[in-house]
Amino acid sequence: MREVAILGTGITRFREIWDKSFKRLGIEAGLEAIQDSGIQGKNIDALFIGNMASGLFIRQEHIASLVAEEVGLTLNNTPAIRVEGGDAAGGLALAQGFSAVAAGIYDVVVVGGAEKMSDLPGASIVETIASSIDQEWECFFGATQPSLWAMMARRHMHDYGTKREQIAKIAVKNHNNGSLNPKAQFPFKVTLENVLSAPPVCEPLTTLEAAPISDGAAAVVLCSLEKAREYTSEPVVIKGVGLATDSLALHDRMSLTTCKVTSVAAERALNMAGVNIKDIDVAEVHDSFTISELMAMEDLGFVEKGKGGEAVDDGITKLGGDIPINTSGGLKARGNPLGATGIAQAVEIYHQLKGKADSRQVADARFGLTHNMGGSGGTAVIHVMEAV
Amino acid sequence: MTIPRFWREIPIRYNLMGSKCPLCGTVFFPPKEICKICRRVSIDQMIHEKLSGRGTILTHTTVHEAPTDFESQVPYYLAIIELDEGPSVLGQIADCTNGDLAIGKRVHSVFRRVSEDGVSGTIHYGYKFVLDHSR
Repeated sequence: MREVAILGTGITRFREIWDKSFKRLGIEAGLEAIQDSGIQGKNIDALFIGNMASGLFIRQEHIASLVAEEVGLTLNNTPAIRVEGGDAAGGLALAQGFSAVAAGIYDVVVVGGAEKMSDLPGASIVETIASSIDQEWECFFGATQPSLWAMMARRHMHDYGTKREQIAKIAVKNHNNGSLNPKAQFPFKVTLENVLSAPPVCEPLTTLEAAPISDGAAAVVLCSLEKAREYTSEPVVIKGVGLATDSLALHDRMSLTTCKVTSVAAERALNMAGVNIKDIDVAEVHDSFTISELMAMEDLGFVEKGKGGEAVDDGITKLGGDIPINTSGGLKARGNPLGATGIAQAVEIYHQLKGKADSRQVADARFGLTHNMGGSGGTAVIHVMEAV
Repeated sequence: MTIPRFWREIPIRYNLMGSKCPLCGTVFFPPKEICKICRRVSIDQMIHEKLSGRGTILTHTTVHEAPTDFESQVPYYLAIIELDEGPSVLGQIADCTNGDLAIGKRVHSVFRRVSEDGVSGTIHYGYKFVLDHSR
């Protein structure tokens, strides 16, 4: 198996973008990544695109061909493949691109993630996001993605004495980080009072604890480490990849306070990388809700199960803390165009490991981790990266 | 408005019919054709078992932002219930107010209208739960 490097990245600003199509967003991110990497179109062997629900959001399937055409890749009939796995689509696409390069099937691939969510009315967006949970045994009864996370939050508070304020503080922290990120959807701060007094989505969670509706795209260029050295003296290498799947429906899983997909995928990725979780200097985790980040802190192994709330109080995940999490602002403040999220996480870690994260920079970051998840925990994808 | 979907014709949704693995005794709802613990050896062995509909609230929430078919019901109460026979299910808790719900409270199933596709669309029936000691 060959070592695989990230050669360049591109990302659009995330927000509700009324004047740009899905196609246009994908191209913007893709072309930026290609220019950043220094490769040329003729060097691209394949395109992988993470996207969750273009059929429901914009009534367009077969988007890989659509995007390939626009960036001129149909000239050589370059393979283009869409990857779907709920909101883990971006991370899964990255894992597929990684596998293809590692296996030696392709030398250079572009992996993009994109979603155009704002073309539907609000309740239809809620329904479409809920297409990544179980239609027959959850949605039928009125369940939505936030309702499932709210029930996990309630049980976590019950079992471990986690306080409402501790969960809400995660939104404050992620908005602080987002205020330092010019590409963030919400580049401004919020107070704990703002978060707690915002209208409820599903009790106990409020609207300021949920990732927003976003349009946007992100892309990375992957190639073998050997080839990367022709372009850069300081490549970022993907050292480990871990994937895991569990029951689609939350009530079918063993625990309501642990996402086993996260702990298992993390173990797989860290083993492959030969890295201990304590070695990770910076992480982007899937904070679709505040509680999702709190549970991920525990499930990834940064803190013991049940100690997430205390760790938030201690500020270990803030910039300058022991393990800064979601320096980009996370899904909460950077934005969450579902299929683009897994790639956006990789873009942030790439910048951190290259020392290019400006005022969000984590000093001497060597190892970074991305954690992308689908639905309420049916799928998780972890990547461990190293600056070499 | 949509056409009726396949599960309207599936009796287990209305009868809480589960399945039991005779090898390890695990009960599943909805019923499974094979036991996910015993797998191959359980093929053709699974026994249908009607569930009592009695159980305990493991967790709950009050929904304020709903999908289209449920917008008229807001706020409504959802819970994950551990049934006495073992499996957990998600369902609405009916005939209650926010303050009535708590982890650990006992509930039983009732047959109710769950939602409808718009004003003149298909009506969806199924189970909900009510607190054992309400009214």
